[in-house]
Parts: sequence; structure tokens; C-alpha cells
Amino acid sequence: MLVLSDFLILGAVLFCLSVAGMFLNRKNMLIILMCIELMLLSVNMNFIAFSHFNADIAGQIFVFFILTVAAAESAIGLAILIVLFRNRGTINIEDLDSMKG
Amino acid sequence: MIEKYIFYFFAAILIFAATRVITVKNPVHAALFLVLGFFSSAAIWMLLHAEFLAIALIVVYVGAVMVLFLFVVMMLDINITVVREGFVRYFPVAMLVGIIILIEMGLVLWNANAGLASPEAINAFANSELPNTEVLGNALYTVYVYPFEIAAAILLVAMVAAIALTMREKRQHKYIPPEKQVFVKREDRVRLVKMAAEPKD
Repeated sequence: MLVLSDFLILGAVLFCLSVAGMFLNRKNMLIILMCIELMLLSVNMNFIAFSHFNADIAGQIFVFFILTVAAAESAIGLAILIVLFRNRGTINIEDLDSMKG
Repeated sequence: MIEKYIFYFFAAILIFAATRVITVKNPVHAALFLVLGFFSSAAIWMLLHAEFLAIALIVVYVGAVMVLFLFVVMMLDINITVVREGFVRYFPVAMLVGIIILIEMGLVLWNANAGLASPEAINAFANSELPNTEVLGNALYTVYVYPFEIAAAILLVAMVAAIALTMREKRQHKYIPPEKQVFVKREDRVRLVKMAAEPKD
């Protein structure tokens, strides 16, 4: 019988993998955006698990809104990435230090 | 019992795909592994009786967002060797941070079953008369109708922002500024020429 902990720990593992991915791919902004998507996926996993085990539909409604916001976020993030690449010719985050004091 | 095996099967695929997303060299492969991860988590959501969201994840994420990612990866000419520098240097600190967060979360979540609905209530919720989509729609268009409209506005703003950010004015565009155009007089445009009538052949 599956219990809530199974799903929550799967979500936690996913979240930790995406945090580690942000550290590993410090230079590649595209992979960092993908890691953000993975993080949102793990949060959605938690919401759906709680929705199921609390017998409440509200959790699934929240996943719906998170999907909306995540789609908007990735669209704008990729647009910024394209403008950045056009102007600077790089997506290496360590080259983007013009606002550094 | 079979549910447990299905869960572990898809969870293993999901964790494998997530690991490959963060370690693979080529961003195209990373995007494709992310697609694999989305598919297996959609299967896990099916196990939790969230059919509508599982299908929405595949349609919205795999169908739209990941295709957008692939477009961007292929449009940008990324130098992979430069981008991969520092992978080995950051590996220990990444593992350290990841494992610390994992241990902390694991300690909290290991026995997170207190205060939940009774098994009968869960069973009744999961196997209710109405399909999942209908339950979701009933809640979404009544209780949550105002947030739903705000979500629509957010999507519109995101679309306008993405277009405005990436739109580029064309170089050889034949454009007349309207503020100058309204001051044009007849003499600037039309020239009347006086000439003698030509003889018939």
C-alpha cells in the first residue's frame, strides 16, 4: 500500500537533484531554467499527493495554477535568454557581471 | 500491491531522467530527458487519480514548454565546452548541498502520515461517481473563478512580454513616420507636366 511519505520523498529527491543541478551547471543558463521546471514538478507532486491523501480537490487546483505560472515563467525566461544571447553572444552566467559593483 | 511496483518503476525512471538532465553534456539531450521525466511523473499522477492534470502536464509541458526549450536550444549557437567548465569543481559542493537538503527533508517527511483523511474517505474521493475532470471543473469555475481569471491575465501578460522582448525592428523596413506624413502637401507628391500633344503615327 502506498503511503503519503513515498510521494513526498520522491518530491524531495527531485527537488534536491534540481538544487544540485543549479550548482553543477553554473555556467549554462538553459540548464538552470530546466532545473527550475524540475523544482516546480516536484512541488506539484507534493500538492497532488496531499490532494489525494487529504481527499480534497484544492491541491489539484493549485497544481493547475502552478502549471499556468510555470508556463508564463519559462516563456519570459526563454525570451530574456534569446535577447541576452543576441546582445552579448553568450549564455554563460559568469560573463553577465556588468551590474557588479 | 501492483500499484506499488508501478510507482517504484516510474519513480526510478523519473529520478534517472532528472539525474541525466543535470549531468548530460548536450542541452538538447537534457531537454529530451526532461520530457522523459515529465512522462513518468504524469504516470505517477495517474496513480494518484489526478487524470486531468496528468494529461495537462503532457499536453502543456511536453507539447508546448519543452518544444519551446528545444527551439531555443537549437536557435542559440552554444559553445558546450565553455559552458561545461567548472563541472568537476562544483561537483562536491553540489552533492553536499543536495544531500544535506535531502536528509533534512527526509527527516521531516519520513512519517508524514499523521492528521490525514481516513482510508475510507480517500477511497471514496478517489473512486467517486464524478470523473476527476468534472470535480476539478466544478471547483475551478465556482470557488476559484477569480484566481482562474487572474491566471488568464498572467498568461496574456506573459505572451505580450515575450513578444515585446524578442521582437526586432526590420532593417530594410519601408516605414513612414505618421507625424511627418500628416504634414505632406500636394506639391511634395504630385508634379504636373505641361507637354505638347504627340502626333499620331
